[in-house]
Amino acid sequence: MWVYILKRFLVAIPMILIMALATFLLMGSTPGNYLDTIRMDPQVSEETIGYYQHLYKLDRPLLEQFFYWIKNLLRLEFGYSFHYNVPVTRIISARLLNTFILSFASFVLTWAVAIPLGIWAAVHRNQWIDRLIQLFSYIFLSLPSFFIAMILLYWASQTGVLPLGGMYGPDYDQLTLLGKIGDILTHLAIPTVALSIGSIAALQRIMRGNMLEALGQKYILTARAKGLPENKVVYHHALRNAINPLITLLGYEFSSLLSGAALIEIICSWPGLGSLMLTAVRSKDIYLVMTSMLMGGVLFIIGNLLADILLVKVDPRIRYD
Amino acid sequence: MINNNRHHSQFQLALQRFRGNKTAMACVFILGFLYFSAVFAEFLSPYSYKDEQRQYSYCPPTPVHFFDQGRLTWPYVYGLQLSFNEFYKREYVTDVNTKYRVKLFASGESYKLLGLIPTRVHLLGVESPGRIYLLGADSRGRDIFSRLIFGGRVSLSIGLIGVLISFTIGLLIGGAAGYYGGRVDNYLMRLCEMVIMFPGFYLLLALRSAVPDDFNSVQVYFAIILILSFIGWASLARIIRGMCLSLREREYVLAAKSLGVNDFHIITQHILPHTLSYSIFAVMLSIPGYILGESALSLIGLGIQDPFASWGNMLSDAMSIVRIKFAPWILWPAFFIFLTVICFNIIGNVLRDCLDPNLKGN
Repeated sequence: MWVYILKRFLVAIPMILIMALATFLLMGSTPGNYLDTIRMDPQVSEETIGYYQHLYKLDRPLLEQFFYWIKNLLRLEFGYSFHYNVPVTRIISARLLNTFILSFASFVLTWAVAIPLGIWAAVHRNQWIDRLIQLFSYIFLSLPSFFIAMILLYWASQTGVLPLGGMYGPDYDQLTLLGKIGDILTHLAIPTVALSIGSIAALQRIMRGNMLEALGQKYILTARAKGLPENKVVYHHALRNAINPLITLLGYEFSSLLSGAALIEIICSWPGLGSLMLTAVRSKDIYLVMTSMLMGGVLFIIGNLLADILLVKVDPRIRYD
Repeated sequence: MINNNRHHSQFQLALQRFRGNKTAMACVFILGFLYFSAVFAEFLSPYSYKDEQRQYSYCPPTPVHFFDQGRLTWPYVYGLQLSFNEFYKREYVTDVNTKYRVKLFASGESYKLLGLIPTRVHLLGVESPGRIYLLGADSRGRDIFSRLIFGGRVSLSIGLIGVLISFTIGLLIGGAAGYYGGRVDNYLMRLCEMVIMFPGFYLLLALRSAVPDDFNSVQVYFAIILILSFIGWASLARIIRGMCLSLREREYVLAAKSLGVNDFHIITQHILPHTLSYSIFAVMLSIPGYILGESALSLIGLGIQDPFASWGNMLSDAMSIVRIKFAPWILWPAFFIFLTVICFNIIGNVLRDCLDPNLKGN
């Protein structure tokens, strides 16, 4: 098992590096860099620009710049952000945590709602409740998440129930620990719901399909024939087999969550990795973009790995050696 | 009738089943109508997408009146007068004294129909200087209805072209990986994983940052298509590869090989057609991704730029809650995105059931 995990990591490293190289070359091949923004300020002298150019090796060929970046990467130095003028790691670690909070909240909400809903729909197959759930899942699957976020924000502005975007209230620093958590949770509500609705619809459909398949199996017939209560048949025998294939989805789910979260972050002004990436891309803050990409890739690999490990725990038939 | 069924191919049978599904057919008609309107955008829209009238900024939808003092007349609209209320909020007061008749086949801005026939005829218009805003106006007083039709051109075509490109790449790479197996398969699949590994939106942003700022709108449009297809091909290639792994063991592939048919021909003519039924509904189900991708990019200001219209960049106005509050009609593009996406989703799902009836008997 551990060998397998190690192998996965080793395979992932060159892939990430190639991807990073491609991004670096692509970004570098277009005209202009962040220094052009500084150059527009007449107070900044030509020498300062020259100094920065030399400091960040911007006067060197692109490939050489990349290898400097890689070299520093090995020492766990991710470079400086031009825009914020602090090490990239300091900005990203805070943002990464925020994105993780949002993704995790949405993840929990999605699974907590979609699984029971899927089971419910499967058990009441083709009854009106099932039809209703399927109709709504069709609608929510097709509603763009940014539209849901807009509508929710608008609703919040009309009723004043929930805060409009951001992560902290104005009085956040004066709150007690419990109050702080509550404050973040209320700010979390709209982006989480906007992010989850589509995934709930999708996951619910998959769960329903799996459940129906499991309920049609022979062992369910046996279980019913020997007189087990329906509850036990559904939750003990069918559910366990229906949920297995979903675990593999978990890893992918996480990555799509991350990328979906980016857009919602921008709309709800949630201070996460996605909104950071947008400003970085706009201002050509190259190291910030690179590191954000890198973190995204790493998060995805970890998500996939966790899914694989979980799969072994749930289904003892699967082995990786 | 039963006899007729005999010489129907699998595909025709599937089409027959598809036609029997009323919801799916309704979706086909809606989409057909949307695409039709996109093609004849200049004719169907009263105004051009860049026809600005600043004095009508955020003008609410113009009601069309059919009755004049209780009598049925030719439809007309009232003139509007801009005024400010006591809070200095813009208000448009209908001026009951000025009436402008709605004109069918009115002459307006000149354009070339289908890019060929020069004409000035628009389906709908109103006597000047009156303006007709069927769905309201945006911040610069441009007609949202017209811009929706023009925006459909971008949003609807991006889905089609994007899917075409990414499916060609996906089919070829997936086919090659599955057919050759071994080392080729290994490298190609690592390549796929590389693309899949990065969260799509981050990749989108990174790639978008590589597009020079001085690109004009047409170039940006094609750049966006390329970026979206670059992200989209990998997941398809993986599935096609899985199918090809088993298909290449079939006898007819062996037969083709022993007859000396070259590899490219075997892949494209003998192997890939067998993945067709999967590809068809996969195409339908992946088009929404392109439409949403373009909308998302345009929404945050990285996509199609003003004055050109796309459903996404029209919505960027709605990023501000205040504007939604005072001019809720700027949300219309979202409805059209939703309509298009749900139609493609329904058609895709129904197609899947029709093409593969034993998949899940209902």
